Amino acid sequence: MLDIQKIRKDFPILNREVNGKPLIYFDNAATSQTPQQVIDCITDYYTNYNANIHRGVHTLSQEATDAYEEARIKIQKHFNAAKPYEMILTSGTTDSINLVANGFASLLKKGDEIIVSALEHHSNIVPWQMLCEHTGAHLKVIPMFESGQLDMDAYTALLNERTKLVFCNHVSNALGVINPIEFIIEKAHEVGAAVLIDGAQASPHIKADVQALNVDFYVASAHKICGPTGVGLLYGKEEWLTKLPPYRGGGEMIDQVTFEKTTYAGLPHKFEAGTPNICGVIAFGAALDYMNDIGFEAIAAYENELLEYATEKLLAIGDVTIYGSGAKTAVISFNIENIHPYDIGTIVDKLGIAVRTGHHCAQPIMDFYKIPGTVRASFSFYNTKEEIDSFIEATKKAKMMLS
Amino acid sequence: MTIQEIQDEIVDEFSMFDDWMQRYEYMIDLGKSLPLIDENLKKEENLIKGCQSKVWVHGEMQADKLVFTADSDAIITKGIIAILIRAFSNQHPAAIINASTDFIDEIGLKEHLSPTRANGLVSMIKQLKLYAIAYQTQLN
Repeated sequence: MLDIQKIRKDFPILNREVNGKPLIYFDNAATSQTPQQVIDCITDYYTNYNANIHRGVHTLSQEATDAYEEARIKIQKHFNAAKPYEMILTSGTTDSINLVANGFASLLKKGDEIIVSALEHHSNIVPWQMLCEHTGAHLKVIPMFESGQLDMDAYTALLNERTKLVFCNHVSNALGVINPIEFIIEKAHEVGAAVLIDGAQASPHIKADVQALNVDFYVASAHKICGPTGVGLLYGKEEWLTKLPPYRGGGEMIDQVTFEKTTYAGLPHKFEAGTPNICGVIAFGAALDYMNDIGFEAIAAYENELLEYATEKLLAIGDVTIYGSGAKTAVISFNIENIHPYDIGTIVDKLGIAVRTGHHCAQPIMDFYKIPGTVRASFSFYNTKEEIDSFIEATKKAKMMLS
Repeated sequence: MTIQEIQDEIVDEFSMFDDWMQRYEYMIDLGKSLPLIDENLKKEENLIKGCQSKVWVHGEMQADKLVFTADSDAIITKGIIAILIRAFSNQHPAAIINASTDFIDEIGLKEHLSPTRANGLVSMIKQLKLYAIAYQTQLN
């Protein structure tokens, strides 16, 4: 059992008011809030050992380098990567995806195929479209059912010897549906294709084990797991990271430089050109420590309880459609009949409640349901049933005002 | 009435409300009573980009005055449009170009003026003024 009141004290932002009402933060799928332990870690870095890493022989630089590399190991252990250098530190999920897409530009040829799912975030569609335009490869899409589940028979039928890369999110950001990535990975490997899984939405709820999944690439962002913005990871199997060319040129990523030829540094530095977000990476390590101290199983169990509670209460309001069913993380994407999601979002914001409205950067999903968007409430382990009660009351009020 | 007189009238009406809920209920009512735009004017070129809800605005000259019609698929946005149309429609283009928009702040809708706000009130005002500039150029 989690001691929620104790946990809530760790998050100073939960004390603030919005429009004269205590903040109720249900936009956790967009970004999570930051515990004091992580804020302290950031302050400590800039107060005591801010320095550039990997270069200086002086004490501060050594301390910063040690803390940075220790954080990499924490991230490696969290996702159970075999080696620390298989964990590339990036500016976030989008950056990680672009790194892989850029690398595959040199590996693909005309007529090759890339498969993405119908549930993708725009950041997971656009880089592959750009890659296809550049290489002459074709983009294929795994269709979805009304339930928000992906059609695995259709997926299997799409796979063939031309398939070079399969891309899918672990959890859909717009609906919260958990995808069968184990099956997707296994089937892709049968035809020799690589698989990249976007764990941005899964990572706050599910501790992914990249070795058990046997996934080729796995990406995520720190800011959804109680860490700072501007930091993310790219896990890649060593054999794949070795095959991919460097993404950006600059300091840190080189071995020898002359004007005739430059040789590149080994992993992970080959992909980490320039001064990284040193403080952010160290704080990401602190965020993982914080989450692991609470325990992901306990977090998932509690969030699931919140999800079930909120789903039942919301449906009881009447005229409510919830999009996405089956195995889900703590996300409810919904609409009320004949009311625009934007109107609901505006009214509940006036009541101090932060939800997301719109297409959630997943326009193809909205087109599938023929809706302009949804209201998305996403819960975290620091939320409470009392907050859900307030949200339900606010939604009722919005419905009454807007009908 | 001049644009300024209409705006003063709107500010007067809104000053009677005690809280945000009354203001929003009034805007929702205004939205519901907004005369609908002609269905064939709901086309791509009349759509304002950058709004989370869809907003169509059309302007045409009737005699020497510029008349606006508009619609949205979200009711609060429609209410905001209704207020803007009341303030700016059926006026000379030159008056629309020079009109102030300070009354938005005075009626407590300042939060909708942020350029990043998803309803794009700023884009709407810009669109009305662009129509006015275009027609004024023709008149010149």
